[in-house]
Amino acid sequence: MSKSAKGSHHPLDDLLRTDRIPHIWCPGCGIGTAFSACLMAMKASGIDLERTAMVSGIGCSGRGAGYVKLDSYHTTHGRAIPFATGMKLARPELNVVVFSGDGDLFAIGGNHFIHAARRNVDLTVVCVNNLNYGMTGGQVAATTPSGSKTTTTPVGNPEAPFNLPLLAFASGATYVSRWTILHSRELTESIEEGLVKKGFSFIEVLAPCPVNYGRRNRQRPMDTLRAYQEKSIIMNDADPTRLQIDFDRAIILGKFVDTERPTCVESYDRTCRPPMEPADEEKAA
Amino acid sequence: MKQVLEGSHAVSEAVRLARVQVVSAYPITPQTHIVEAISEFCSDGTMDARFICVESEHSAMAAVIGASNAGVRAFTATSSHGLALMHELLHWASGARLPIVMAEVNRALAPGWNIWTDQTDSLAQRDTGWIQLYCEDGQEVLDTTLEAFRLAEAVNLPVMVVLDAFFLSHTFEPVDVPDQDTVDRFLPPFDPRFRLDTKNPCAFGPITGPDRYMEIRRDIQAAMDRAPEVLAAVEQEFFSLFGRRYGAVDAFLCDDAEVILVVSGTAAATCRQAVGDLRKTGERVGMLKIRLFRPFPATEIRAILPKAPKVAVVDRNVSFGAGGIFAQEVKAALALHKGNTAVYSYIAGLGGRDITTATFQEIYLTTKDTPTPPAESVWVGLAQEERA
Ligand SMILES: Cc1ncc(C[n+]2csc(CCOP(=O)(O)OP(=O)(O)O)c2C)c(N)n1
Ligand code: SF4
Ligand SMILES: [Mg+2]
Repeated sequence: MSKSAKGSHHPLDDLLRTDRIPHIWCPGCGIGTAFSACLMAMKASGIDLERTAMVSGIGCSGRGAGYVKLDSYHTTHGRAIPFATGMKLARPELNVVVFSGDGDLFAIGGNHFIHAARRNVDLTVVCVNNLNYGMTGGQVAATTPSGSKTTTTPVGNPEAPFNLPLLAFASGATYVSRWTILHSRELTESIEEGLVKKGFSFIEVLAPCPVNYGRRNRQRPMDTLRAYQEKSIIMNDADPTRLQIDFDRAIILGKFVDTERPTCVESYDRTCRPPMEPADEEKAA
Repeated sequence: MKQVLEGSHAVSEAVRLARVQVVSAYPITPQTHIVEAISEFCSDGTMDARFICVESEHSAMAAVIGASNAGVRAFTATSSHGLALMHELLHWASGARLPIVMAEVNRALAPGWNIWTDQTDSLAQRDTGWIQLYCEDGQEVLDTTLEAFRLAEAVNLPVMVVLDAFFLSHTFEPVDVPDQDTVDRFLPPFDPRFRLDTKNPCAFGPITGPDRYMEIRRDIQAAMDRAPEVLAAVEQEFFSLFGRRYGAVDAFLCDDAEVILVVSGTAAATCRQAVGDLRKTGERVGMLKIRLFRPFPATEIRAILPKAPKVAVVDRNVSFGAGGIFAQEVKAALALHKGNTAVYSYIAGLGGRDITTATFQEIYLTTKDTPTPPAESVWVGLAQEERA
């Protein structure tokens, strides 16, 4: 483990591009906690970090790829999943982690999410859901609760948000969970499970964006955390249709899906590629 | 009434005054302030319109196409990657002859993520059939946006109003915001030529074989050909109501110039200053600002540039493998002219790098001292290190 020049070090320093710190995240932002949960899970899972890549789209959350000291890819907005899909096709043995925001993964990139889940591409997708587009100044997103104020819904959001675990489940994801940054232990364990599991794993992380979302919705950083504490109910295997986030009543957390089916590459190779001669297989290995 | 407005809000005010009915957009820095203000106008009742923040720019353009086809005035705004993502539908908007107006904030393209100004995003869309107008300051942004609706609706082509990131979008300037009654006289309610009409059902977007396709393309070209004349008429009317006009191009001290600097966007404001300063030291230099890029105002350019033996085109953009884009267009426009004006091409200010009066002085002096133009564009203000 490398220590910084001054001798102080963070337990994740070996996984961070410390030369890029300080990071851009605002005080009170939840992304940092989600990001360190992800890095801790990567370490704890025992996966080969030499064969691990992180892919992000664009957004405050999307900065993740820029801070991790692994092969990492900061792609265009919305396209983290298709970039990751290409990587998996080229190098199926890689562990590919997608770390990105709700806007990136479910607005501009929403189509890719459902198709990658349908194909069961072997990815671990960690979505930081802060209920808005933080990076561009707090506009309404596909996850913004009805009635919430954003810079493009000044009198309240007229639309209904996605229920992300339901979307993932319906699209065919084989692992689906939801946690908040307040539940960092469960969150870390869940990301770890997703990492070691073959297939499309989706972990939704609720995280405050006090600067853009909280400020317009009378939620100071602590208020959001308090809501996570007071309103959350852990209910593993809950019915995905009942997972709509409702800050007034309940936010259901837990692991909702954990099933098996062949991955995208497995099905492809079995269906579309001629069986390899033993000699070729040796060469390929 | 004079107000101190951000360039972005000059667009928003114009959209409100134009009584646009549907606005659809996806946020991207530095466009966000334009649409955020519009979302406020829609919900505070000062604009009788619906605003939808859709899931991507591709959807934003698709939605305004749908709205325009349904017969209402429609607007969107974007920048950089957002515009690139719209590309497919830009062709659709012009091909369907829809008078959509879009504000496009010039911003650099990644990789090398950069939110600062650079014209390559909009110029990369030059073949999509959109009229393009480049603005110099906040007043021009507001006025051009109003004119854009008139122009678009007269020729049935979409219009892109282009403004520089930050230097214009986020800069506050005094802007004269006209009153609604006068704007209503200038811009009457939208009377669409092509729209959904249940009394006269028609199918939009059908298959068009080799027997029809070319004629339809030829019609678009003919509409483009008419645009400069229509713009001149629209500007004449605008001038009589508001006392301001800009032209397809704007020539400044060109008559006796030895070198004419050709510029666009906010660089024109800096260039005016540089030209004024150089004139004071006895240099015979002028400036031609190009405001209308599509259709390219070749006739106007041929009337002005050949007055000078040398022309220096300063491009804040690049077409890799060909050089500065305005320079290529200027060379093509002058090819038909029998004079022997030499065209020098310079690339400067990419990705938001400053173009200062000193940059223009350097370009002017280099042009003056170089007897014949180099074959390739000259990059100005590069860091000294060698790169491949
Ligand atoms: C094609 C395109 N459109 C828009 C943008 C501007 N943009 C950058 S980040 C972002 C939203 C980010 O939201 P989210 O993914 O939720 O991340 P957060 O910042 O909230 O963590 C947008 C709209 C872009 N970069 N590219
Ligand atoms: S804007 Fe919001 S999401 Fe982005 S860093 Fe700040 S608090 Fe976090
Ligand atoms: Mg977000």
